[in-house]
Parts: sequence; structure tokens; C-alpha cells
Amino acid sequence: MVEVTDVVCSLCGCVCDDITVEVEDNKVTKVKRGACSVGKSKLMGHNRIKSPAIRVNGELKDCSYDEAIKKAAEILAASRRPLLYGWSSTVCEADKVGVELAEELGAVIDNTASVCHGPSVLAIQDVGLPSCTLGEVKNRADVIIYWGANPAEAHANHMKRYSYVSKGFWTEEGKKAKKLVVVDVRATKTTKMADVFLQIEQGKDYLVLSALRAILYGHADVVPDEVGGVSKKDLLETAEMMKGAKFGATFFGMGVTHTGARQNNIVNAIQMTRAAHTHTKFTITPMRGHYNVAGINQVCTWETGFPFAVDLTRGYAWYNPGELSATDLLIRQECDAALVIASDPGAHFPGESIKHLAKVPVIQIDPFPNPTTEFADVVFPAAVSGVEAEGNVYRMDNIPIRLRKLIDSEYPEDEEILKRILDEVRAIKEKESN
Amino acid sequence: MAEVLIKNGVVYDPLNGVKGEKKDICIRDGKVVAEVKNPKVIDAEGRVVMPGGVDIHSHIAGGKVNSGRLFRPEDGRKGLEAKTKVCRMQSGYSVPNTFAIGYRYAKMGYTFVMEAAMPPLAARHTHEEMVDTPILDNAALPLLDNNWMTMEYVNGGDIDLLAAYVAWIMKATKGFGVKIVNPGGTEMWGWGKNCSLNDTVPTFNVTPAEIIKGLGEANEKLEMPHSIHVHTNMLGHPGNFEITKETYDLVKGVNTVKDRQVMHTTHTQFHSYGGTNWGDFESKADEIAGYINQNDHATIDIGSVILGDTTTMTADGPMEYNLYQITGRKWTNHDVELETGSGITPFLYSGKSPVNTIQWAIGVELALLVEDPWKIALTTDHPNAGPFIGYPILISMLMSKKRRDESSADMHKVIYDKALLPSIDREYSLYEIAIITRGMTAKALGLHEHGKGHLGVGADGDVAIYDMSPEETDAGKIQKAFLNTKYTIKGGQIVVKDGEVVATPDGKTYFVTPECDDKLTDEMMVKLKDKFDRYYSVTLNNYPVQDAYVPNPYEIKTQMRG
Repeated sequence: MVEVTDVVCSLCGCVCDDITVEVEDNKVTKVKRGACSVGKSKLMGHNRIKSPAIRVNGELKDCSYDEAIKKAAEILAASRRPLLYGWSSTVCEADKVGVELAEELGAVIDNTASVCHGPSVLAIQDVGLPSCTLGEVKNRADVIIYWGANPAEAHANHMKRYSYVSKGFWTEEGKKAKKLVVVDVRATKTTKMADVFLQIEQGKDYLVLSALRAILYGHADVVPDEVGGVSKKDLLETAEMMKGAKFGATFFGMGVTHTGARQNNIVNAIQMTRAAHTHTKFTITPMRGHYNVAGINQVCTWETGFPFAVDLTRGYAWYNPGELSATDLLIRQECDAALVIASDPGAHFPGESIKHLAKVPVIQIDPFPNPTTEFADVVFPAAVSGVEAEGNVYRMDNIPIRLRKLIDSEYPEDEEILKRILDEVRAIKEKESN
Repeated sequence: MAEVLIKNGVVYDPLNGVKGEKKDICIRDGKVVAEVKNPKVIDAEGRVVMPGGVDIHSHIAGGKVNSGRLFRPEDGRKGLEAKTKVCRMQSGYSVPNTFAIGYRYAKMGYTFVMEAAMPPLAARHTHEEMVDTPILDNAALPLLDNNWMTMEYVNGGDIDLLAAYVAWIMKATKGFGVKIVNPGGTEMWGWGKNCSLNDTVPTFNVTPAEIIKGLGEANEKLEMPHSIHVHTNMLGHPGNFEITKETYDLVKGVNTVKDRQVMHTTHTQFHSYGGTNWGDFESKADEIAGYINQNDHATIDIGSVILGDTTTMTADGPMEYNLYQITGRKWTNHDVELETGSGITPFLYSGKSPVNTIQWAIGVELALLVEDPWKIALTTDHPNAGPFIGYPILISMLMSKKRRDESSADMHKVIYDKALLPSIDREYSLYEIAIITRGMTAKALGLHEHGKGHLGVGADGDVAIYDMSPEETDAGKIQKAFLNTKYTIKGGQIVVKDGEVVATPDGKTYFVTPECDDKLTDEMMVKLKDKFDRYYSVTLNNYPVQDAYVPNPYEIKTQMRG
């Protein structure tokens, strides 16, 4: 038995890196400390795709990697409008090959941000993002706001490691000396911990943010007695708490990016942060979901110039979310083949998109079976990054951390599978041009 | 053995005192040699030949550069170019993608670029982007001045322990030298505040002046190739020239065994301001140049303005906040725990604005008023005062009084009262241009000892052949020649021919590994371990940059002086 410390979790955007595990006979046998229950489950391993497979007459039939790579390359090379989607639950090294493959194919490359924090990216492109690293929040913040997020259940270590419960340089007393504000449409495990719980009406985030903004800018007089289900009294109290902070930190989640005014909610949340900044230090940070969704945005940006929804048909990058994000492309029935990696559009896309995706040839690369596997035509099992493979990832605050390899895998890494597909596509194109 | 012979060129190689001589350059296996036997011959036909350009200060890779790209798709769309058989796709103007950065620098004859600000905690990011930047050799300067370890050691007067920490950071980040950006001010920005040179930083009880001096001493104890590299306090504030001069004085008594300055101040244009507000704002380039002329311990780069839209970005968080307050445009900020911060906001330098006009003049004035070109480097602080692609404009202005007069006539008339530029007659020679773009910069970085910035035997086979004769005086033709080389040769390989990129080899990453006494390191590690146990959000073992991030390493070893 070997004990491995400083293990980095490849589950959510928290990317906890202080986990200790035990490894025996090339298996993670115990997660001793550091991980939340979901992270622990990933580290311990579960149900895997067993073999590469190609769908024949409606059934997935096991095949060799060579056969699957040949088939995948043929599908992609023959496609006139391929879509390469996913990229958030794998490492940057694989993402880079993905961008290169997209460039070679003249494909559209999009990542899970487009159905997640895509609206946040649009808001940042509108007004910017006054933010900070998570350690900065840990050491300084005395007022924490979670808006449309439920970290107690979705990012289970977030409060303990970085925000409300953690102890840092100026926050030695931990939560005793901090205030927690939670804004949500319903009571959750997180709201139970809050000093202030603003239960707002569904879809009224924009109004409540506007009201707080007005108060912070000294225009409380224009705010009516109730806004979006919240009393003016509670809004005034919250604004006072924000103004009185030494350092305030807002975190926001899916509850506000994908409801009502969508990206305009986030613009308003950022503007509220700027308003608070006229009184004291205030920051705002999106609660990124997958462990490396921030990373694919980074890689895609430094390589193509743009973070998601990038069309490479013209040989250069054309960015137009709303037209070129995966769901839009699929709803318009434009794409005629797709490669899906480290994600599950089969479970998360709107029905109409999935309907078209199920009709076109789909290549899937993933360690784990999921609803997308049910209609995938070529399936590649891959090593689990962070357990069986190492590589770079970006935490939700864009801090790069290297995942560790704990055990050997019988499956190849994402990067290797993608490189082999890319080589095969190039070989096919070379042949065609001769 | 791959051999190249460049014949019939007129060579400007200042580090070897070659001033426009007709001279052959021989390269074998990537290095300059005395003679070759069976070379590929490049006939330069009387054109200007220089060593590959060495940029001393540019923001080309890392978190804030990429945040700039991400939040400015409107800039990304300005520079779109399709992939070719050789090149990958390109985007961006002030914040180009990594591929475009490599190609565009190479086309200007540059082969080495220093990334000027690397947050240690995010060093992996900087390296990831540098690896993805083709052709260019590179290095990065870790930010060390708002760092809690630094401030605590400076407060205790423990310069040896500070040196041990600096040594550790260089190794942990694969960094090249000590970067200082608004010392104290960025830590105070953690609370939304700022400070000036002699203010005390609360909690840490040090002044920015003490931080600068302490790091200057530690840097020389480690015998680093480069001096401390300083972005002084109060960037962009009217009247800040006094603070800049006072900053130089801080390290006047610091000794070095190296043959170079003990302080390099960067983008000095932003720090040469007179007046008390934007109304009576004026150039004090003469004051700064006067100081540099009278002293030998400090060098500067100019950070000259390129008119038009750009993206400003710096670890000076409070400065970017001030700028955003002025323009009301979008603003991104990213404070980094225990270490540093950063801010980004777009900015338009307009010739119609009196303030921008004076700023535009100051950078060029500095270059013209500093008498010894070995004390000054050409930069735009890319992309802060403008994108690096504007270098040829600056070169043509420095070489042509006529060009400056024509340009000045298009600017706000304030240029004739509050700036000095119209009154200066000096014109740079090609030899002096070669100094401020390669000879001086390589020497100031200590890279001349590692084959950069010159063409002596043993130097790297990095050569730029510009499509102009040494007698050319037409500013337009000079600008055109410096934008797209006839040939750029990198490590003996032709990478640009007739202004087109023809090969894209990987660049090397230069980093410094200073060694110091184990006992000193052990003592330092106790304090550092406590910082990780209690305050950092990553563990000590996950912090250092792994070898995988530097696939083409060039290590420079140094030893701490007792």
C-alpha cells in the first residue's frame, strides 16, 4: 500500500489539491481525507466503458482502437460541417489537440460553457470581471454572497476551503466573523447556513440586482417596497452589510446565468459589484462546474482568440455564440457529424438538439458511459484524468494546477486518442489531394 | 551539419562594435562560427543585417494577456488570418493569439521576447502560452514585490533569507528575474487602496522604497543575469517624475559584480509626467533623461505610445481601476493571493486628446534625450502603450526628424507648449537602432553571455535581414522594412522569407536557477511552509512548475554570494 498526498481532484471547479489517498495493486483503495463525497466517488472509480466500439445495425460492437480510429477519422474527414464538443472534463493538453483537429477539419469547436457559464462570458465581454483568486477570498473576505448557487451540494468543499467556513490571514475566526448572504428561489442546504437568505421569485434576479445597485449608488428612494419577492427592508439591510464589508466576495451559479435575463443578469451582477466597489473592496466570481471548463476557455482563447462557439470553416476563427454554439448548430440541423469528448450532451442538451445529434454520426471519447453513449456510433474508452493520467487544468478562479496520475490505465489518454484521429484525418486528406 | 552563409550584408552588431560593415555571417548547427565549408548561401545584396531582435518587456503570455483576449472579441476580430500550410490561424491586434504573436515578432526580425509579468501562483499558465508561441525564444519575470514573504523579510531586514526565497521562486516558477510592479500598492489594492513610494503598507510595516531596495540587494547577492525590473509607484499620475527619480536613488549604492545596471525601470513614459492634474499635465522626459545621463546604475525602456485602440494590462491593479474610472469602459481585475494582482481595461490613444498627445511625445523624447543608447530600450510595453506591431513606426520616428514633425502637426497643438519633441533635432543611426532593439536589451538582461543580441562567434544564429539599404532616409520605407524582414533566421533556420513565415520551430524558455546555502533555504522553507499551510489555496507540493511545462529549457545557473 502506498499513501499519496497532494492528490488533485478532477471533479468540479474547486479542484481541491490536498487530498490523501491509498493505492494498492494499481487501485485507489481508500480516500483518506480532503475530498468531498462526489470527488471521493470519482477517485475510487466506477462503471467504465470497457472497449472501443463501432455501432453496426443499431448495436455497439466491440472493436480495436485502430479500427475505431480509422472509422472516426473517416466520419470526420467526410463531414462538411463537423462539430467538436465537450472538452471541460479533460486536460488542457487534450484540448490543444482538439483545437488543432478543429482547425484541420474546418470544424466548429464548442465547449460545455455554452450551456453553462456562456452567458457569464458574454457578460464579461460586455463589462469585464472584477475578481480574485479563491485564496484571496479565504484570507480577506468577511461578507460572502452566493447567488443562484448551492455550494453545500454542488461544490461541497467550496465554503470550507475558500470562503465562508475557511480561516485565513485576516479571517482567523472563520465564519464567526463573517456574514453569509444567499440568494435563491428556494431553501437549500446552503440557505440554511445563511445570515441573510433572500428568497426571490423565479426569474426576478435582474430586478433584485438592479435594486441593490440603486441602493449602493445612493438611490434607495427609487426602490419600491418589494422587489422580486424581497422586501425593501431586507434589500437595505443587505446593501448595508455589503457597504460595511472589509472585503466582499460574490459567487454566482447556474441559477442566475440561465434564468430570466440570462447574460444580462450577470452584467447586472458585475455592475452591482462595481457599485459595491465604490464603498469597499468587492469581487465577483462564477462558480464553474466541470474541473477544467475554465481551462478549455483558456486554451481556446489563446489559440483561436475566442473562448467558445468558434467556427473554423474559413481557416480562421469566427466567433458568434447564439449562431455557432453547439445547441444552435444542432437545432438548425446544420452539423452532419460530431465528436463529443468528456461531456454528455445526450443528457444536457435541449430535446430538439439531441434529436438531430442522434441522427448524425457521433464519435464519443469518455472514460464513462452516459446517455450520449446510447446513440454514439464510435466509442472510445479513455483513461481518467486525475486518476490514470496527468495534465494541466484551470480551477474556477483560473489558477492552473497539474492533475496527478495515481495508477496505470489499460486505456489511452484523451490526448493520445485525439492525436491518432488527427494523424489519420491528415492521412486521408493527403490521399485525397493526391 | 546545417550551414548558412549570409554574404554581402551590411552588418550592425553593436555588442561587437560592428557599425555597418560589409561582413559575412557564418552559421553552423544554429550557432555563429568563423567559417563554413558547404553552406546554404543567402545573398543579402547590400541590405541591413542585424542580430535577431531582443524585446526586454512585453506582455505576450499568461493570465492577464488571455483575460484581455477573452473579454475583447472585438480586438480578436481585427487580426484574423487563415491558417496556411506553415502557419496556424491568427487573430487579434492588441491581444493577438499566441500563434500570431510568434509570427508577427519573427516578421519584424525579433527572436527573443521577455514576458514581463508572471504571477508565481499562475506561472504554469504563462508557460503553457509560451510553449504555444512559435519561433520565439522566451522567458518570464515572476512578480515578487507585493509578495508577503518578500515584505516580511524586508521588514525584518533579512536580505539573505529574502535572497533564498527569490532563489526558490525562480526555480519554482522557472522564472528569469525579479519583477516589481507598484510595490506595496497592489497589496493595498487587496483592500481597494493604493500607496506611494514612502507610505507604509499596513500589516507588513514596510514602504515600497524598502521593498525595492531589499529586492535590489537580494538580486545582486544571487548574481542574477538581469537586474531588478521595476514598474515604479504611481504609474500614470501627473507629477510622478519625482517619484521615479527618487526610485532610482534607492539602489544607487547597491553593488553588483555583473557588468550591467542594478535597476531597470520599464515603460518609463508612464512615469515621466509633470503637472499636478490632467489640466496642467506636461512632459518631464528631460528630467528623467537628465538623471539617466548623469548616472550609470539605471537603465530604462521607453514604453512609447502607438496611437489607436489598445488593451491595457498590468499587475498594478489600482492603476487599471483608475483608468477604468476615467474611461468608463469594461474593466477586469484579478487579485492573486499573497503575491500580486492584475487589472485590464481597453484604452484609445487619440492624437486629438491633449493628454494622449503629450504621452505620445514623451516616449520618443526619452529615447532622443538619453544620450547613451546603451541605457535605453525600445518598447511599447505591449500592449499597454500600444501593440508591438508598432515598433517600426517608432523606429522610423527616431530615425527621421521630418517624420516626427509631420506626425506632430497632426497631433493636438498642446504638443508645441507642453512637450519637448518638436524642439529635438537628434536622429538615430541604424547602429543606435540596433543597440536599443538588441544589443542593449540582451546586455541588460544578461543574455549576451548566452548567445543573444549579437553575431560574434558562438552567438545564436539569429539574424534579421531588412529589405533596405543602409543609406535609406525615407521614413516610410524604413518603417516598411522593419515591419517585414527580407529574411529572419532563427538558430540557423530561415523562418521568414520576403515577409512570409516559412518555418515555425519551437522556441526555448530561458530560466535562472540560483543556488544558495542549504541552511538558509531550510530556514526560509519553515516560513514558506507556514504560508502554504495556512494561507495559500494550493499546497506547497502542487505549487512548483513541473518540467512538463518547459519542453525546451535553457537553464542559467547562478550561485549566491556569501
